Amino acid sequence: MNDMSTIERGAKLSETKVSARGVNVHYGDTHAIKDVNVDISNNNVTAFIGPSGCGKSTFLRCLNRMNDTIDICRVDGAIQLDGQDIYDKRVDPVQLRARVGMVFQKPNPFPKSIYDNVAYGPKIHGLAKSKSDMDDIVERALRRGAIWDEVKDRLHSTGTGLSGGQQQRLCIARAVATEPEVLLMDEPCSALDPIATAQVEELIDELRENFTVVIVTHSMQQAARVSQKTAFFHLGELVEFGETGQIFTKPEDPRTESYITGRIG
Amino acid sequence: MTALPFLLLIAAVMAGYVINRMAAGAIRDRGDRLHSLIGYHGMFSALLILVPVLTFILLWLVLQGPVIDRMVMGGLPDGALDDLDSGATQLVLAEIKSLANGRVFGTPEDWKIAAGERFVQLSNQAAWLLAIAVAVLAVGLLAFARSRVAAEFRARQGVEGIVSGLMIFCSTVAIFTTIGIIVSLTYETIRFLEAVPLTDFLFGTNWEPQIPLREDQVAAEGAFGWLPVIVGTIVITIVALLVAVPIGLFSAIYLNEFAPRRLRSAVKPVLEILAGVPTVVYGFFAILVVAPAIRSFGQSIGIDVAPNTALAAGGVMGIMLIPFISSFADDALSAVPRALRDGALGLGSTRGEMMTTVLFPAALPGIVGGVLLAVSRAIGETMIVVMAAGLIAKMTFNPLDSVTTVTVQIVTLLIGDTSFDNPKTLAAFALGMMLFIVTLIINIFALRIVRKYREAYD
Ligand SMILES: Nc1ncnc2c1ncn2[C@@H]1O[C@H](COP(=O)(O)OP(=O)(O)O)[C@@H](O)[C@H]1O
Ligand SMILES: [Mg+2]
Repeated sequence: MNDMSTIERGAKLSETKVSARGVNVHYGDTHAIKDVNVDISNNNVTAFIGPSGCGKSTFLRCLNRMNDTIDICRVDGAIQLDGQDIYDKRVDPVQLRARVGMVFQKPNPFPKSIYDNVAYGPKIHGLAKSKSDMDDIVERALRRGAIWDEVKDRLHSTGTGLSGGQQQRLCIARAVATEPEVLLMDEPCSALDPIATAQVEELIDELRENFTVVIVTHSMQQAARVSQKTAFFHLGELVEFGETGQIFTKPEDPRTESYITGRIG
Repeated sequence: MTALPFLLLIAAVMAGYVINRMAAGAIRDRGDRLHSLIGYHGMFSALLILVPVLTFILLWLVLQGPVIDRMVMGGLPDGALDDLDSGATQLVLAEIKSLANGRVFGTPEDWKIAAGERFVQLSNQAAWLLAIAVAVLAVGLLAFARSRVAAEFRARQGVEGIVSGLMIFCSTVAIFTTIGIIVSLTYETIRFLEAVPLTDFLFGTNWEPQIPLREDQVAAEGAFGWLPVIVGTIVITIVALLVAVPIGLFSAIYLNEFAPRRLRSAVKPVLEILAGVPTVVYGFFAILVVAPAIRSFGQSIGIDVAPNTALAAGGVMGIMLIPFISSFADDALSAVPRALRDGALGLGSTRGEMMTTVLFPAALPGIVGGVLLAVSRAIGETMIVVMAAGLIAKMTFNPLDSVTTVTVQIVTLLIGDTSFDNPKTLAAFALGMMLFIVTLIINIFALRIVRKYREAYD
């Protein structure tokens, strides 16, 4: 990496990509997210941590309006992507999701070939002009997903036949192929063994270069390893948000400290 | 009287349960460790009595009738049955039986009255004999089961063994029934083919099964080419599928993915009601509403339409099949994991794109399975076509013409004055055989297609 790009990255660090103001989420009568404000900066990895059921996934799913697909879910407040309100009536959630990609907790490749899995997004968004164009997109995405070498000889065998770790990297490649600006990852390593986890973590660090990454994790070590910023959620509230190093070494809120030292499960 | 053996059986089963349970309980109370729970000891005895004794009773009841008949007929005075063919012998037996039941017509001969009395006497003896045999058998089994009770006796394994034997029996009943059906169909078909050459049947384009039943009747020669009949079936089936598959599929897709929840919960029960309408009622609907409507519409635009069109029968059959297809497709679509939907939506596909590119391929095996079942039902459906389709076999693919189907022909061949040794009647079995083969081939074929193209998720 040359100096220019490092400087560029330094400059980008301060830019806010996604900003949330006064976000509340209800599932029917359950108040799952309570008045959350957060700014997610460009070309950073932001980690959401907190005990399970505290609303990390719910908040993550607000950022690409996946909560729209749940009937009983209601989202209030303002969330802006590059300064534009994503809950505005004029915003098409389908197009939004092309800009804000998502990787899920459980690897969910389509029961199609590896090639078709990766080509799925580009195809529905019309990103490829020709077959060879598509081949390039697929190869680039699989390389970015750090899985190209493992699958290049069997692009046309089915994606569900891969191992768990390979499937998850395939899903990351699939999300990356659409060229999103933001990549949301909901506990992407929770179904993986330690070696696969290390591979995915390494991958996340590389992805930071081109994308804004938001990752939900229940592992504090993982948050410490991969993220620059960390947000700690507790019972639907955003308790503390700041530089990862600072959150883990000298947290301001006693609840954060109890969680990090293992007193809140 | 017939209830007595069953009452004895029930009593023995209950006694066996209680006795063994108590015996096992006594062992336990002495302080020994039982291998099986006392309930299993009771169940072991109960099942050990129930299964053989019930089998014995049923076999006895099946065999009793024919045996008594033979004994009565064998005991008739010499010469009574001379010069009688088998039909007349049957008549004599029937008369004896009605005498035995106290119904007297005219003035029967003395030997018939005596035979009737003998019949009554034998029946009573048989009933008592059965009761005694059941009692002896049950007591023997009861004693045997009781003798097995011991601390280390594996009553649980015994019960599991008997129950799994019963389950194996139940699961093979369907197979043996199917084999029985095939064998009897094959037998009658071979007899039919002795009268009509196979090539005439398979490739003949004329179906006129009206042949003389008795020597003195005047009728046509008769022709048994099945092609026009199967063509009629195919035309009606295609019409039915053209109605049912798109409507059923689209309604399933809409209800599954796009409909508001309240609409879904209102429409699904209605579709299920549609599935419960008796086919006779659909038949009414076809002849009283649909056929006249098609005819008058045809006239208004100047097309000549037959009164019993394939279109009317097939269309109404299609309506009957809609809930079939939609419920299969709905189940198959619902079974696709939520994770796949999320994956597709998360990549920015619309619900429609998700449906066509992910859900539909993943649900395809289930959907094709539903369509296949619908095809089998359409081919085998009888009542609607008997009421609404024609009777005359015509070699035509025109849905506005009147056609007949295999099932209609089977029904008409077997209705009325039939005897089981002429080609007219036997032709029904040959048609049944062909129907069976056609459905079998369709099923095998479709299973292969599904296996080849399915996108398996797990
Ligand atoms: N689809 C849903 N329907 C109803 N309640 C939900 C749904 N998803 C999540 N919740 C509720 O919202 C709260 C937050 O859940 P979630 O965001 O999944 O937590 P986390 O990801 O931090 O474990 C929980 O109390 C959960 O029960
Ligand atoms: Mg979660």
